[in-house]
Amino acid sequence: MLRNILIALVVLVMGYMFYNTYSNYETRQELADNSISQHFAAQGAQEVGAANIVTAIVVTYRGFDTLGEVTILFLTASIIAFFLKLKDEDYNREIKHTETSELLVTASQVLIPIIFLFGIYVFMNGHLTPGGGFQGGAIIATGVALMILANPNVKLNYHVIHWVESISGVSFVLVGILGIMLAGGFLDNKIFGEDGLGEFGTLFSAGAIPIIYSFVGLKVGAEISNILNKYQKSQKEA
Amino acid sequence: MEYIDLGHIGLLIGFLLILVGFWGVLTQKNIIKIIVGFSILDTGINVLIVSLGYVKGKTAPIIDNAVAQTGYHDVSASVVDPVPQALVLTAIVIGFGVTALMLSYAMKLYKAKKTLEINKYNDLKW
Amino acid sequence: MNSEILFIGIAIVIGIVSIVLSFVAIHSEKLSIAIIAAGVVSLFASVLYLLMAAPDVAMTEAAIGSGLSTLIFFYVLNKIKRSDA
Repeated sequence: MLRNILIALVVLVMGYMFYNTYSNYETRQELADNSISQHFAAQGAQEVGAANIVTAIVVTYRGFDTLGEVTILFLTASIIAFFLKLKDEDYNREIKHTETSELLVTASQVLIPIIFLFGIYVFMNGHLTPGGGFQGGAIIATGVALMILANPNVKLNYHVIHWVESISGVSFVLVGILGIMLAGGFLDNKIFGEDGLGEFGTLFSAGAIPIIYSFVGLKVGAEISNILNKYQKSQKEA
Repeated sequence: MEYIDLGHIGLLIGFLLILVGFWGVLTQKNIIKIIVGFSILDTGINVLIVSLGYVKGKTAPIIDNAVAQTGYHDVSASVVDPVPQALVLTAIVIGFGVTALMLSYAMKLYKAKKTLEINKYNDLKW
Repeated sequence: MNSEILFIGIAIVIGIVSIVLSFVAIHSEKLSIAIIAAGVVSLFASVLYLLMAAPDVAMTEAAIGSGLSTLIFFYVLNKIKRSDA
């Protein structure tokens, strides 16, 4: 009883603090003068050469945060692999499952190549349209999830997944080091020279941003597919 | 309709989702329900951050070819704030990672004691 | 001016449905309904991001928050239920 009263008190105090913030809030009419958002919006297209300002911020201006995020995803995948403790015989075991419907099996054979193609398109054009590496990687992982749902005994080639993930991660850091040698700093995108930014709005523009985002997209897709594969192989029946 | 705006509505939805998620974490007894409460809390915080970056009447921060030819100095007067969107992109992926980790802990706890009630796990209590 | 009022109306409807579904997610007895309700809250938040002119965030939330998170919840639920008895 005392516990419930204390919990209600905590929630009420938080609600009161939120109410104070809400009643003094006015929607902004324009970006503040000389703030960093105005600098990114006004100079971003000229300095970086990408049409998507959010991509320019995530890959070039705040590139270290993206490196930290990729590291956290890698840590998550390795801790899940450590907890689930699969042996080699678990990968080859066939489990009994209720029969998958014919509609799902037939439709998945048509849809899976299209989903992979769409995922690759999304992360290759991250600097021109909404999208990018994380979105494209998640779409590829959804295609792999559809493959697992259509046939729960499918044997994914986990050597390919491991090699793709490792090589993408190492290449991401190597492109960053190339930025130190040839351009302004770590993960700078002018590695093809000051005038090598290409024509604004085409596929081969914005320096190293398509290369960096492609590696990030492949790494995220391979990682999440690995997590899904491990969860599936540790089931005893479906 | 002049004093209620899309920014206000987003702020209100974010605050209410945070309160509901927090209350779910504190009062539920089943471990899976606690993890669902954490997921709603994450969603509420992300809605709050994005709605703080909304500027009235402007459009998405993507430049297409038409804007590029009229000169770059017009861009900052016609887009919403792009910095909170870049921060929320990272936060969503990290929230998914933390949820996956919590679920694998829940599986191991269930394998050890065969129950999902959090009151039965009192090994660390005095 | 007309589209502004339309967006505000849609946002109010989305907000009311999200709050009601989050209450359902916390208070329901069956675990499957709670997990699906959390997934639908995430989906409506993705539509709200689109109304607030943030298309990158909407794509990421729909793919990761709504799709993959719900899938992982159901894997763990299946493993817990099947190892009973």
